[in-house]
Amino acid sequence: MVASSEPAQDKPLKIGTHTLESRLIVGTGKYETLDGMRASLLASQSRCVTVAIRRERLYDGQGKNLLDFIDLDRYTLLPNTAGCYNAIDAVRVARLGREILKTLENPGFDWVKLEVLGDSKTLLPDPLATLEACSRLVDDGFQVLCYTSDDPIMAVRLKAAGATAVMPAGSPIGSGQGILNPNNLRIILEYLKSEDPEYPVIVDAGVGSASDVSIAFELGADGVLLNTAIAHAKDPVMMASAMHHATLAGRQSFLAGRIPKRLYAQASSPEEGLITSRPHLSDGSAVRSTN
Amino acid sequence: MLTIQFNGQPTSVPEGTTIEDLIQSAGIPSRFCAVERNLEIVPKNRYAMTTVEENDSIEVVTLVGGG
Repeated sequence: MVASSEPAQDKPLKIGTHTLESRLIVGTGKYETLDGMRASLLASQSRCVTVAIRRERLYDGQGKNLLDFIDLDRYTLLPNTAGCYNAIDAVRVARLGREILKTLENPGFDWVKLEVLGDSKTLLPDPLATLEACSRLVDDGFQVLCYTSDDPIMAVRLKAAGATAVMPAGSPIGSGQGILNPNNLRIILEYLKSEDPEYPVIVDAGVGSASDVSIAFELGADGVLLNTAIAHAKDPVMMASAMHHATLAGRQSFLAGRIPKRLYAQASSPEEGLITSRPHLSDGSAVRSTN
Repeated sequence: MLTIQFNGQPTSVPEGTTIEDLIQSAGIPSRFCAVERNLEIVPKNRYAMTTVEENDSIEVVTLVGGG
């Protein structure tokens, strides 16, 4: 019997009541043009895109709206609370986002990417305000996808507060430094999933290149959320495609189960039947014989 | 005339102006927006019956690109 050359199908990513065909979530910010954004979103194969809530620009009646470039039948919108520095503002912005998405009849109306920042230079989250806003939004019926640092204890607290998904940063937002502390991410994954293996942990922020995405998935993350790495690449569409492939590669590599790392080599070709002799360096005899 | 804060700008409007009037005169496509009056969300189906009052703070927001 010939084994199938196709790998077993991966499960779709489930986040609360939402099911996503792609494990990659992409942002819609920082693109040079909205046409370029649309092409990049398509190349990423993502089905979920983040959006921000801002004042309508009253002076620009001719201005195109972002939503003219996003196919709402294809993408679930994930509104964020970016730019909020306290819990009250974050709750206020989340509710306004829900109001807009309800009108659009987009399934993303009941969830939010919660982001409560502590400082505009590092864009690191304010943990106390994040926890407070998370609890309030959960009480208000939101499914909260919570941006946080890579602190395992904070991740546990957010899950306990009712967050639908915890989204630790690999490194600061937009920094492109990748996953700076894979050990923290390992601990977060272990703590949040030990009795709840389906609980979604999504790496959000810091991705710079495709290999960062693969590493996140190989560590066991359920999803990756990124924006700048595509939008500011020299060729955003090509980078979006790379991110898609890195998602598949990293996820399959995780599911397939990697070999353990060893200190010494292991020959790929058989030792048995060799017609040549070897120097016995490995048992030290060759080294000792020089004495 | 009344003076209101409309997206942070002091704006003069006639008495009796509704949220619906404000949005239409600003040329905002209401499909893509949400409205807050003095920090309370105004549901879409109440735009036409909600009149603004002196010193009201009205915010009209929409979705923009973000990460």
